[in-house]
Amino acid sequence: MAQTIPQGVEYVRILPEIVLSLFGMVIMVLDPLVDERSTQKLLGLIALIGSVAAIAATLYQSQFPGLGFWGMVKVDGFSTFFHILVTAIAAVVILSSFEYMQVQQIRAGEYYGLILFGAVGMCLMSSAVELVLIFIALETSSISTYVLAGFRRRAAISSEASLKYFLLGSFATAFFLYGVALMFGATGSTSISVIAQALRLSPVPVLAYAGIAFMFVGLGFKVAAAPFHVWTPDVYEGAPAPVVGFMSTAPKAAAFAVLLRVMFESNAPGRLWLIWVAAALSMTLGNVGALVQQNVKRLLAYSSIAHAGYLLVAFAALANNGIPAAMFYTASYAAMNVGAFAVVSHLAGAGERYVTLDDYAGLGRRSPLLAATLTIFLLSLIGIPMTGGFFAKFYVFSAALQANLVGLTIIGVLNSAVGAYYYLRIIVVMYMREAREEVPAIPVSPALGAALGISVAATLYLGLLPGRVLEYASRSAAELLH
Amino acid sequence: MNLHSVEMDRWSPIILTLVTFIPLAGALLLLSLPRRDRDIRVFSLVVTLFTFVLSLHLPVHLHRAQAGFQYELDRAWIPTPNIHYHLGVDGVSMWLVVLTTFLSPLCVLISWNSIHERVKEFFIILLVLETALIGVFVALDLFLFYFFWEATLIPMALLIGMYGHGRKVYAAVKFFMYTMIASVFMLAAILWLYAKVGSFDFVTIQNAIRNGQVANFTGAAQWLFLGFFIAFAVKVPLFPFHTWLPDAHVEAPTAGSVLLAGVLLKMGTYGMLRFNLGLFPDQARANAWWVMILALIGIVYGALVALVQPNMKKLIAYSSISHLGFVVLGIFTFTQAGLDGATFVMLAHGVSTGALFMLAGILYERRHTYEILEFGGLASSMPVYASFFLFVVLASVGLPLLNGFVGEFLVLSGAFQARAIYGILGATGIIWSAGYLLWMYQRVFYGKITHVVNETLPDLDPRERIALLPAAAAALVMGVAPLLWLNAIDPAVQTALAPFAQLASKVVGQ
Repeated sequence: MAQTIPQGVEYVRILPEIVLSLFGMVIMVLDPLVDERSTQKLLGLIALIGSVAAIAATLYQSQFPGLGFWGMVKVDGFSTFFHILVTAIAAVVILSSFEYMQVQQIRAGEYYGLILFGAVGMCLMSSAVELVLIFIALETSSISTYVLAGFRRRAAISSEASLKYFLLGSFATAFFLYGVALMFGATGSTSISVIAQALRLSPVPVLAYAGIAFMFVGLGFKVAAAPFHVWTPDVYEGAPAPVVGFMSTAPKAAAFAVLLRVMFESNAPGRLWLIWVAAALSMTLGNVGALVQQNVKRLLAYSSIAHAGYLLVAFAALANNGIPAAMFYTASYAAMNVGAFAVVSHLAGAGERYVTLDDYAGLGRRSPLLAATLTIFLLSLIGIPMTGGFFAKFYVFSAALQANLVGLTIIGVLNSAVGAYYYLRIIVVMYMREAREEVPAIPVSPALGAALGISVAATLYLGLLPGRVLEYASRSAAELLH
Repeated sequence: MNLHSVEMDRWSPIILTLVTFIPLAGALLLLSLPRRDRDIRVFSLVVTLFTFVLSLHLPVHLHRAQAGFQYELDRAWIPTPNIHYHLGVDGVSMWLVVLTTFLSPLCVLISWNSIHERVKEFFIILLVLETALIGVFVALDLFLFYFFWEATLIPMALLIGMYGHGRKVYAAVKFFMYTMIASVFMLAAILWLYAKVGSFDFVTIQNAIRNGQVANFTGAAQWLFLGFFIAFAVKVPLFPFHTWLPDAHVEAPTAGSVLLAGVLLKMGTYGMLRFNLGLFPDQARANAWWVMILALIGIVYGALVALVQPNMKKLIAYSSISHLGFVVLGIFTFTQAGLDGATFVMLAHGVSTGALFMLAGILYERRHTYEILEFGGLASSMPVYASFFLFVVLASVGLPLLNGFVGEFLVLSGAFQARAIYGILGATGIIWSAGYLLWMYQRVFYGKITHVVNETLPDLDPRERIALLPAAAAALVMGVAPLLWLNAIDPAVQTALAPFAQLASKVVGQ
């Protein structure tokens, strides 16, 4: 890999990113040119086509595995998995945003563009194998989400969310960058494969431990793992509901992809206890915090902290079982959480007025189908059999058991039991309590219906026939570890 | 005869799948039906009746002398983990399936007029529940079993929480959390077995354990036994785990109570029989002493608490704790008579307690109360109702020639074989049950009418009679001709007892 001009096939290895960027730019250019009335539909439609095209590009790209751009980008089964996941999340979120933007009377314009640019960063995070490129991808995805979090400009709470997210986020990224620098100091390279080779030689330099720890802080922030989770409830509460659906799944999946690469592919030292503590803390703090929440968005925020914890359990497990378990978990968590937030964004109403548990009272009577849909997502979040959430937890905990992490598994299982309580509370409120005041029932738009349909189908598919996805994940994990 | 076996070959692999999933298919069809309550009720009745008729295929074509599982179907379902869609029944589980399909149409009938709101949802939930309950009894893959086991939870909690009365939400959540948390322990045990054996298949795991092919089994066996046992004990419910039951029963709608007492509780005792005895015979033996003590406490305690209940439904609920104590007692005697009896009590209790709950529900529809003191002298205003009630009460207290007698007699004879004191203490339970049920009957039906409203209470209407008659008839037939049931149960019990053959004599010798 000398300093040569990239070959044609190397461009294919970043094709999805190119497609997404092009569509994003088209949206930005068109935004001032089209009439404000028609922006909503038109730009959204372009974004939707863009994300579907990116999925197609990923499928095409998967036929050309290998390195590109001086060994900075790597297309393998692993990256394909996360590319498809991120772009699919983007597509579903775009579908669920049509109605929301109209109800909130937000000028859509760059909103859709930002989702696509964010997706570019996240896709790149999963295929980058060089720490500086990973950093740039991380920044691309972060900056888009900072802006998206503040998109309800008229609501102070949204601006607060955006600012908080931005300040703490930049701080965390600085940590990551510092970790990269230390790693470079310890091993003399920023390429993951070179680092891995350097770390196989003993003794491992002390600097490498520090580097890994700092990088973990930065990434732990992005995945909302305790003790770096404090921003999550406030940001999720303030940010627009569909955006929360997006940023609680896609950037998380991408950050987990980076973690997987950094931790496993680079053969990181001392990772076990670090992750052990973070996993136990995230599960416990997330679930306990969620118990007392009245605001559904805050509740789901704490739940997402807890789920980051379950995911980290997979990281603590042995690589050959833990990686596929973690990949499966990100996919099924994405399916159920995007769906749950699509329901939340529909019910929120103008100005997000109806987001407390009390507003959900009597939903089972008011709109039975919507309530049933949300119930499926919540049952999946609990981890009831027949839903993706069950197998996600199942694979994670069996991987942990196989790695003899009995203590962590017990903590996790007890936490799932606690978690069942607050998810169940929403179901109880929907079906078993009468509405206090008349909350208007808005009919579900076709686009949102499609978004919900896809999420339900994905949740049930992963719950009934998880075999194919898991097999794919196992194969790409084997590739990752050579 | 030849024709016969050809027909069997064609049907036997899919009959269990059909019986299990026809109610679910009915529920999905119901989704698309318009909200015309009458049509929905009729449709549900047709579906449940059809399922019942279809399930009769099982006892009719069962090879009674043959031990082991029949009507088996084994297909790979999910490759990793290695989960199979493996169904099959033996003499015990077959009757529990038939009990479920028998009670379901009665539940539809009894809910005909008592459910006015969200009728469509009610029957959808009921049908989904039926599928889950049948699934528990036919699943032979541990994972599939767990799957159905958990699946019963949600519809039952919804039935209580949406259609119950009083503190229904409290009762629903309590029910859900209790059983959910308890079954987590079972899941842990199942996962441990899977990690060591590499299969969820019941027969495979059983063989692996018997042949000593499971690594570290001796160290873990006690924990595994307890993991399964806690999940089942909460469901039964065995004495210290019983507190969810009275709440759930009192607040549940009638159909919910019927299925809860009639079938759901039997999931626990069935589980003990199938898994605790089937997989861990040595641990079952070692732990039998305290399990039997808990069962005896349950028998006596449940009966004593039932005695003082002012609320009719709560009384029946506590009587269930007492009766299910008999089942657990019978199972852990490890004797032929004890296990036969335990299985028979499960079926008999399902029929007669189901009928008792239906009768209580009928009274509730008329007066909207279960308080015993609100009634009195009903025999004069509702004579047909009173005679039905008496019949069922007598069946429940174990009058010879009715269904309660056979099972309790067998259980007690098994208990005497195991240890005389168990039999003596257990036998007091029969006296108690005669006490509380007959006393309740006396207070509700005899004497003068103390409340004016009770003078004009309408007697049973034809629909209610149709709902009650099959239960009463079953109680009689089971009492007169128990062999029809027992000759299918017996081979299955013998199989379950095979590892205890050399142990059984030791129990007697103790």
